[in-house]
Amino acid sequence: MTGVPLIAVLDYGIGNLRSAQKALEHLGVEALLTDNEEIINRADALVLPGVGSFGRCISALEETGLRELTKSAAQEAAEGGRPFLGICVGLQMLYERSEETPGLKGLGVINGEVELVSGVDKLPQMQWNLLKAENHLMFEGNEQESWAYFVHSYAAPISSHTVATCVYGKEVCAAIAQNNLWATQFHPEKSGKVGLQILENFVSLVGVDS
Amino acid sequence: MKSVRIIPCLDVDNGRVVKGVNFLDLRDAGDPVELAAHYDNQGADELVFLDIAASPQAQKTMVDVVHRTAEQVFIPFTVGGGIRSLEDARRILRAGADKVSVNTAAIERPELVTELAEEFGRQCVVVAVDAKRAEKGSGKFEVFSHGGRTATGLDAKSWIQEVVQRGAGEILQTSMDKDGTLNGFDLVMLRELGSECNVPLIASGGVGNLEHLVEGVTKGGADAVLAASIFHFGDHTISEAKQHMKEAGISVRPHQ
Repeated sequence: MTGVPLIAVLDYGIGNLRSAQKALEHLGVEALLTDNEEIINRADALVLPGVGSFGRCISALEETGLRELTKSAAQEAAEGGRPFLGICVGLQMLYERSEETPGLKGLGVINGEVELVSGVDKLPQMQWNLLKAENHLMFEGNEQESWAYFVHSYAAPISSHTVATCVYGKEVCAAIAQNNLWATQFHPEKSGKVGLQILENFVSLVGVDS
Repeated sequence: MKSVRIIPCLDVDNGRVVKGVNFLDLRDAGDPVELAAHYDNQGADELVFLDIAASPQAQKTMVDVVHRTAEQVFIPFTVGGGIRSLEDARRILRAGADKVSVNTAAIERPELVTELAEEFGRQCVVVAVDAKRAEKGSGKFEVFSHGGRTATGLDAKSWIQEVVQRGAGEILQTSMDKDGTLNGFDLVMLRELGSECNVPLIASGGVGNLEHLVEGVTKGGADAVLAASIFHFGDHTISEAKQHMKEAGISVRPHQ
C-alpha cells in the first residue's frame, strides 16, 4: 500500500453519517461519504454506519442498490480480506434478522438474531458505558477503563464473535470481530479519545493480510 | 450500569455564546466551536447548542457552527432552537449534529415529533419541555413555548407522555421558575414529570453549584444534568463536577 488510505463511508441516506467521516479525516486518512460503486470498489476499507431502526436502514441500503455489495464486502472482510467496520445499526444489519423488524432479512453475514435489550426501565440506552473488552487489536492503546457512547435499544447476541460487552440491565454485546470484519454497537466516532483510538486501530488493518 | 451524563449547554445568538438570566438578560461568553472543544477536553459527555435567535439567518450561522464543531469535537451534540420542519432538521443533522431538539414547533404541530422520529429515528429526537409550576396546591406544571414567554395551557405530564408516544427519544426538561436563579433544580418537578417517563430525561434550569448536579440525580431522578453558567464563567470545570458526583456515589464517565 502506498500513500494515504482511502476509506469509503457508505452513504445510503440515513441520519448523521458525517461524524464518522469527520472522525476518520481527523486521523489523517482520506474518508469519502459515498454511494459510488467505483469509489467503494477501490477503497482500502469500508465503514457502514447506521442510526434509526433496523428496518429503515436495511430498506435504505436496498433502495440505494448497495445491499449486495455491502454484504459481499462484509463477507470478504470476515474471511480476512478488505477491512470493514459496522457501527451501531451497521453492526446489527450484519445479522440474519432483528426482533425490531420481524420478517425483514438482514445481511446474514453473521448468524443469529438481534434482540431487544431487556431488564431495564429506560430504552434506548443513551449514555456512556464502561467497556469490558477482550484482549483484541480493536482496543489496543486504550486505557484499561475505556468508556464508549451508546445509543440503542436492540443488541446482537453474545457469541464467539463478541470482543467487548457492557452492562445495561444485563451483559450486552458492545463489539464483535471476525478477522477484518469489525463492528461496534457503540459509536466510536462519538466516543472521544477512546473512540478515535479504536478507529485508528481499524485503519491500521489496511494493507495487513490476516 | 447506568451512568449520568454531564451536559454543558451553549446558548447561541448569531454565532456567539450567551447565557440568559431568566432568559432575559444576556451576557456574552464566547465562540461556540472553541467552547465546545474546550468542554470536550474537560470531559463533557455531550453538548447542547441552543439557537436563541432562531431566525433564518441565525439558522444558517448555526449550520456553519455545527459543521465546524463536527470537525473537531468527537462527542455527541444536540442542536435546538428554530427547528420547525424535517428540512430544518436534515440540514442540522447532515452538518454533523447527532440530535435535534424541538420545543415550540412541536407544541404548534405535535405531528412534527412523529415525522422526525420516523425519518431520523427516535434517538435523534429530543423534545425540550419548558415548564412552570401551575396554581399553588394543584401539583401541576404548565408548558411554556417561545423560549418560556408564552403559556400554552398544556399540562407538562400529559405533554411528555404524548411526545414520548410520538417518538421522542429523550426529554430535556427546564424549570422556568428556576432557570437563571442558580439555586438548584426544581426537584419536585423533576420527580413528578420523570416518574412515568420511560425515555432518558435531562434536567435543566437552576444549577448554581456542584451539589445541585448531585441532587438532580439522587433526589430528582434525572438521567443527565445540563448546566451553563457554572461552567461558562469558570466557576467549575466539568472534571470537578464529575469528581464531585463520583464522590457522591454517582456513576460517571471518568475524565479520559
